[in-house]
Amino acid sequence: MLLGRVVGNVVATQKSPKFEGAKLLLVQPLTENDAPRGPVLLAVDGVGAGVNDTVLLVVEGRAAAQVLGRKLAPVDAAIVGIVDRVDVESDRPTQAR
Amino acid sequence: MQIARVIGTVVVTPKDSNLTGAKLLLIQPLTPSRAPVGKPLVAVDSVGAGVGEDVFFVRGKEASFPFHPVEMPVDAGIVGIVDSINC
Repeated sequence: MLLGRVVGNVVATQKSPKFEGAKLLLVQPLTENDAPRGPVLLAVDGVGAGVNDTVLLVVEGRAAAQVLGRKLAPVDAAIVGIVDRVDVESDRPTQAR
Repeated sequence: MQIARVIGTVVVTPKDSNLTGAKLLLIQPLTPSRAPVGKPLVAVDSVGAGVGEDVFFVRGKEASFPFHPVEMPVDAGIVGIVDSINC
């Protein structure tokens, strides 16, 4: 999974019926020290997240479809949790020891 | 999923019969402020998107799900047309 920050939402009336009623949030994936990591993704919201929330993002179809609770949903990203805190215990290993 | 703009159409003589009749569109992924990011790719359309429209697409096997039970050999599929982006 990835850490991410909700940066907005998307409204779409014409879409796959599997998205009916789903909230679509724009999420900027983040590194562990809050730096942007890759492009902004569009994810189904499974927890009622809001803009600026730090969230836990799953980026795989089967897991994301689980959040929607619908079989054969054409989805590949979903928010599965709101992050309370991240503690980075040691610095990231740079070279092999 | 990711937001993208439809910038063209693609016509192929299908190698795989499951691709017959597929509407293939050339799309350019976008940032939320609609600036291009990354490289264009080809996606199969299942929601009636047209050139110039902003859409969102899914990657991977899930792209074939709107055509179930036909197992389309595709890894990117347009699954919604964007009305508005708020951020």
